[in-house]
Amino acid sequence: MKKFALPISFALLLAAAAVVWAKGPGGYPNAPITLVVCYSAGAATDFQARIVSMPAGNDKYFGEPIVIVNKAGAGGMTGWNWMVDRAGKDGLTMTAYNLPHLVAQALVQKPKFTVESFEPLANWGTDPAVLVVATDSPFKTVDDLVKFAKANPKKLTMNGAGLYVGHHIATLQLQKTAKIEVTYVPEQGAADAIASLYSKTVMAGFTNLADAYRAPDRLRVLAIADLKRHEYLPDVATLKELGYDIDNSSVNFRGFALPASVPQDIIEYAAKTVEAMFKDPMVVSKMKESGSPLNVMSREEVKKLFAQQKAVLTELLLTDKK
Amino acid sequence: MLETLSYLSFLADPYVLLVMTLGTLAGIFLGAMPGVSPTMAVALLVPMTFYMDPRTGLILLGAVYSSAVAGGGITAILINVPGAPASIATLLDGYPMAKKGRAWEALCITFWYSMIGGIVGVLAMIWFAPILANFAMNFGPAQIFWVTVFGITIISGLSGGAVIKGLFGGLFGMLLSCIGFSPMLGEPRYVFHDSLTSGIAIVPVLVGMFAIPQVLDLAENLHNLSGENRLRLMEQARAGGVRPRGTMLKIILNIRHWWKTVTCSLGIGLVKSVIPGVGANVVGLIAYDYSKRLSDNPQDWGKGEPQGVVASETANNCTVGPALIPLLTLGIPGSPTAAALLGGLLIHGLFPGPELFTKHREITLTFMAGLLAAQVFMFFGGMLISRYSQHITKVPALIMIAAVSVCAVVGSYGVQNSMDDVLIMLGLGLMTYVLLKLDFPVAPMVLGVVLGPIAEVNFLRGKLVAEAGDGMFQFFFTGGINITFIIICVLSICWGFFVEYRAYKSKKAAAEVQS
Repeated sequence: MKKFALPISFALLLAAAAVVWAKGPGGYPNAPITLVVCYSAGAATDFQARIVSMPAGNDKYFGEPIVIVNKAGAGGMTGWNWMVDRAGKDGLTMTAYNLPHLVAQALVQKPKFTVESFEPLANWGTDPAVLVVATDSPFKTVDDLVKFAKANPKKLTMNGAGLYVGHHIATLQLQKTAKIEVTYVPEQGAADAIASLYSKTVMAGFTNLADAYRAPDRLRVLAIADLKRHEYLPDVATLKELGYDIDNSSVNFRGFALPASVPQDIIEYAAKTVEAMFKDPMVVSKMKESGSPLNVMSREEVKKLFAQQKAVLTELLLTDKK
Repeated sequence: MLETLSYLSFLADPYVLLVMTLGTLAGIFLGAMPGVSPTMAVALLVPMTFYMDPRTGLILLGAVYSSAVAGGGITAILINVPGAPASIATLLDGYPMAKKGRAWEALCITFWYSMIGGIVGVLAMIWFAPILANFAMNFGPAQIFWVTVFGITIISGLSGGAVIKGLFGGLFGMLLSCIGFSPMLGEPRYVFHDSLTSGIAIVPVLVGMFAIPQVLDLAENLHNLSGENRLRLMEQARAGGVRPRGTMLKIILNIRHWWKTVTCSLGIGLVKSVIPGVGANVVGLIAYDYSKRLSDNPQDWGKGEPQGVVASETANNCTVGPALIPLLTLGIPGSPTAAALLGGLLIHGLFPGPELFTKHREITLTFMAGLLAAQVFMFFGGMLISRYSQHITKVPALIMIAAVSVCAVVGSYGVQNSMDDVLIMLGLGLMTYVLLKLDFPVAPMVLGVVLGPIAEVNFLRGKLVAEAGDGMFQFFFTGGINITFIIICVLSICWGFFVEYRAYKSKKAAAEVQS
């Protein structure tokens, strides 16, 4: 037995080294990863985060599962505040970011985090805001809507899933470029907003493309607030095509981020792994089946996006506010 | 209907049968855990259904949802802590029953009437889905606001005689619910400490207001555990573990005395559950209050009257089916639990809406049939678990104190893995203990916390829309549903006064007779 002791322990050591080497810097991750989702269980962000993080336990990716923890409240600020306060520097606690919510809240509501508090890893999905009315609404085009709003300042009611979310930003952009004044009604969530349209409480609204796509017989989509048309709704024109100068600042981007205090090598490693994980065939097929638009973007692309959104939103929300 | 029932044949598949049984038991267990609400139970299980075929997955989610709502009753009855927000009203009479050694009876009632309520709810869903969906769409901010006000008017009935204190409690609950960022304006309110930024969640409130006073109450009585007292407690404990023969039969036959309570609760459950925004939390309380007003012996309610448990459990499980109607027909999840279920549908490419009843008819009807079967499974699963859980009543006070405290801390931490919730829970618990000593009833405070935000958000939403449209008066005071609910509110308040006055007069008469 004794003569085997040395070779065996050597082999074990090598194996251990190989495992460490196969993983990220310093053996990262050496424990399950926690993903803090700042919206309640069952909401769109939570649902999609659960799909895209499913393959994490595979040795091709982290080799450790991703456990989702919901810290909902104050439109996402509760969870992100918590990340800044208490998430460790070991890179084992990630969060799901939601643009433009995160940037808009950091600018307007002065929480504990700034845009720079987070290092994005990769983006998994985009959900552009679309301008919708109920199918039996008198408004057939965006021009109808704007004409009504011009003739009746503040009489046009529009809703969206809350304050300083993509839908709110899109409404503000439309007001600015079309030089109209509307009444914006913030709702508790996208589902409540759509319910208000059905019940004729509110005349029009911006909502998630995915939700509008799933309800073609009940909602009329007038336009999409993005730079180009979307594959789900190829017949719907962008607001830009219709002559309203609105860019993609209101598009809802979702992805993973780590606190900026995490060491750079871990961030880089995690970014690569997360990006590859989002492209896993299982993720792609499940996202497609559930009607959730997938759009994987690398860390570099998302970093640019963060900076761009910050510039646009600073101008929109802070310079000519009130 | 018959078509739906024909889909019950899936039960012949042993795999589905196994999934359903396990789902039911897991649902009851999760429901009974304070801090794990039915919503969380469903959300936890949605990823598991990724690997199942759509039918099995949905049957599992349906089973978990129904049984989690009923499971909350177990803890409400046995340890005076509601396992889920929907079972608040169950403890008002369930726990006093358990203290009198009638725990088994209360548990039998819980599961039998949960099953009846559940079946009626699911049948209503199958038959009337389109009608109820259209009805739900008539509820805008103004209507929901008045429904909420109606909910607030039942405070007098829940105050156990101390109406003024009850009203103060209700107001206090509403104030508590204001803490955090205002949902409409985004301004922070009463955030004097970091723990309060996310506001006060309902689970820490429930656990704090019910569990902590319960623990302190048990601790208070520890010192006189000697001699006679000890003997009496031992007697009680022995009685607690007993399952008298024929209890079930008695309960089933008792429907001839309890029909008023049962019909009233079913009606309230059905109507309330389709109204968006007002969840199962308050349905139980409203059904409890109205059944109490209609009953022949309102003075016994709150002291261990079986009908109290009947009302609450019939109504809260009655909401399970109808609450899914807006989700299935229009794709609008009417409650957080329905939102979690939406994930289970989407993952299999099932988009809610008319397509569910045409293209995916088979799966949808199987789901409905499964939900129906789940009610029966829930009954048997519940009885099985109750058989063992009822022995909790025999646990000595010292151990109970420790166990309930642990449950309270873990339960409130578990909601969003946050120590802040634990602090809020403890703070509210201590405060409630003091308030209870001053004879403030707890139920109105909880009602305030639940209804406050709904009333506020809908009032402000309505105000925004009204000011852009025809003006406040037009918006809030015209239209059939608005006027109906305003009249119901006024009647409800008058009735409350009348009941109080009658009680006052009979008390005075009794005092005169004595002197």
